[in-house]
Amino acid sequence: MKYLAEYRDPGLARAALAELRRIATKPWSIMEVCGGQTNTMVRQGIDEVLPAGIRMIHGPGCPVCVTPLEQIDRALAIAARPEVIFTSYGDMLRVPGSQTDLLSLRARGATVRVVYSPLQAVELAAANPDRQVVFFAIGFETTAPANAMSVLRAAELGLDNYSVLVSHVLVPPAMRAILASPDNEVQAFLAAGHVCAVMGYTEYEPIAATYQVPIVVTGFEPLDLLDGILHAVRQLESGRTEVENAYARAVARDGNPAAQKVVATVFEVCDRAWRGIGVIPDSGLGLREAYAAFDAERRFAVSQVTAQEHPACIAGSIMRGSRLPTDCSAYATQCTPRSPLGAPMVSTEGTCAAFFAAGRRSPSSLVPAPTAAVQPVPGSRESQS
Amino acid sequence: MTATVQGAGCPVPHRETERILLGHGSGGQLSAALLRDVIAPALASGAPGAIVDDAAVLEVPGMPDGGSPRPGGSLVFSTDAFVVNPREFPGGCIGDLAVNGTINDLAMMGGRPLALSLAYIIEEGLPVEELRRVSAAVGRAAATAGVPIVTGDTKVVGRGAADGIYLVTSGVGVTGAVRPSASRVQAGDAVLLSGPIAAHGMAVMSAREDFGFDAEILSDTAPLHRMVADLLAAAPATHTLRDPTRGGLASALNEIAETAGIGVDLDEAALPVAEPVRAACDLLGLDPMHVANEGICVAFVPAAQASAALAAMRARPEGVGAVAIGRAVADHPGRVTVRTLIGSQRIVDPLIGEQLPRIC
Repeated sequence: MKYLAEYRDPGLARAALAELRRIATKPWSIMEVCGGQTNTMVRQGIDEVLPAGIRMIHGPGCPVCVTPLEQIDRALAIAARPEVIFTSYGDMLRVPGSQTDLLSLRARGATVRVVYSPLQAVELAAANPDRQVVFFAIGFETTAPANAMSVLRAAELGLDNYSVLVSHVLVPPAMRAILASPDNEVQAFLAAGHVCAVMGYTEYEPIAATYQVPIVVTGFEPLDLLDGILHAVRQLESGRTEVENAYARAVARDGNPAAQKVVATVFEVCDRAWRGIGVIPDSGLGLREAYAAFDAERRFAVSQVTAQEHPACIAGSIMRGSRLPTDCSAYATQCTPRSPLGAPMVSTEGTCAAFFAAGRRSPSSLVPAPTAAVQPVPGSRESQS
Repeated sequence: MTATVQGAGCPVPHRETERILLGHGSGGQLSAALLRDVIAPALASGAPGAIVDDAAVLEVPGMPDGGSPRPGGSLVFSTDAFVVNPREFPGGCIGDLAVNGTINDLAMMGGRPLALSLAYIIEEGLPVEELRRVSAAVGRAAATAGVPIVTGDTKVVGRGAADGIYLVTSGVGVTGAVRPSASRVQAGDAVLLSGPIAAHGMAVMSAREDFGFDAEILSDTAPLHRMVADLLAAAPATHTLRDPTRGGLASALNEIAETAGIGVDLDEAALPVAEPVRAACDLLGLDPMHVANEGICVAFVPAAQASAALAAMRARPEGVGAVAIGRAVADHPGRVTVRTLIGSQRIVDPLIGEQLPRIC
């Protein structure tokens, strides 16, 4: 684990910043896609020490944040059932639904367990044949292989008491939606390194070509981010629009074919609603018909659950990159990590929570917000409210 | 988009106020709110606000002793309950925590521990062998610390009414010449830390979840009273001491900043975190400054005595990793900030509720 220190070296960071200052001649707007990158960016204050004019736009890459409120209400409806052991990654527990959250349900008697891998949930199902074990399968391409594996494992064990509540989303369609917006201001992307570790980066090549944007596969340590930004700015300054891999220690061009095969076996591409953005065609993964028996939505008949967002929350604009948390009237007053109104305040990867944890309380230290980066997709919640 | 269950009005997200959440026991903001809003008001007939401290100083009036009056003095008094899961983890067990935790609470008030009490709450069905192991650990820890267990109690509750064993220890000590208190902290004080952070919390979490980390992480549980005595002798102007247990260093420093009405500036590069601990925190998305410790303390010492204080701490095995991590400042009272590795400044918030590992 010694490698960590090398990617946090202050001297190397200063050198990278100096190089950025040397080569940047124009203002550029760059989006980091992944919430993990946003977290490092804000925790380390990287966006505040970049050369003036280089603006980071925080993308929609927090899996907790983009999970629609309806899906959270479905999770809560399932978890409230006495026969259910509801399992989830930790940070979903605090996400408020319309009425309650999983932590509060647990205090009122529901069985809610944090697991670190969905295979733990399968083990729980095998050990508790008289209970229904449900795993909240959310996330990007990064978590999909393990979640798919859990379904295969449950099938192999012949378990009829394991199911998954799926809300998987895919990165490339979200990037296309952002770029296709008439108000788009994103001029380059830092692609999410761990998503690319699974999927590779060939699917970004047509995006870079079609929309004429540099896309740099980027890691999560401070120096990874600076290196990603450096690659992006070099391309922007020289007019190149290529896919570059600045995270070669983890990412190969074709990704991890074994993981992709598992995902393709269990899941198929489907339309998916993104919280705050709306439905993006072909932007998610759903269970294939062959594995429909493991679909918690069908098993517990919760498809009809609907929900409405808090009126003060501007999570949608924040996740589209068009506004900053500090632009929100509820930010740090009505809405804090202790009583979040919307998802970006809940997960540590959420832009609002990252801003709050870093103590950003006023817009004064920040670059001016753009008017709008992305139009709401027709049919989204915000466009109808 | 759709009608809600509540009709036309938009539902305000629910916030649990009627039931205790696990997060209320985390040592963070929820714990503080519970103490402030529910417990302290009910106990206000005593010394208001005093119960928010981990230990209290009691003035003992002069007492007649065989006809001739004996002068009064002051005692330091503390109590703590231990409910760790799992009860045994790399580097220690619940028995070590129960002894060292209460000794450290006394030491942070500048107290020299005299004796401890120990109460067991045991669940029906617990293997006697485990009770033997825990008791042996208590005995060893007390002997190592040189602080005897002088009284106690044992209760057994029905299966399911407790989780194995809970321990409750109380301790008394005598105060010395130095009375550290958060309210004495002044701008300019050096902030010293006696050793690396986050080891205990990550040791317990990795034992509970069996992550299979390559490097074993050991709890830092240790009694600190001897190191503190040396520290206070070397730096008698020490303003305050705190052992950052639940809620971690971030919560402890925020409490001090708030009580003292000063700001605290830390240097991230100076914060000691053992590499396997840092890697485990990274993997789970936890901030090492929010993770529990059981064998380190933070000291606010006037700059002129900082090097003497550091030397005294480093001369003890439990303080061999002592370092300066920042200073108290007049700016941003009540706030803790850290200078990041990149060179920008960020605010360090206390832990909110339960620590929740993030998704990926």
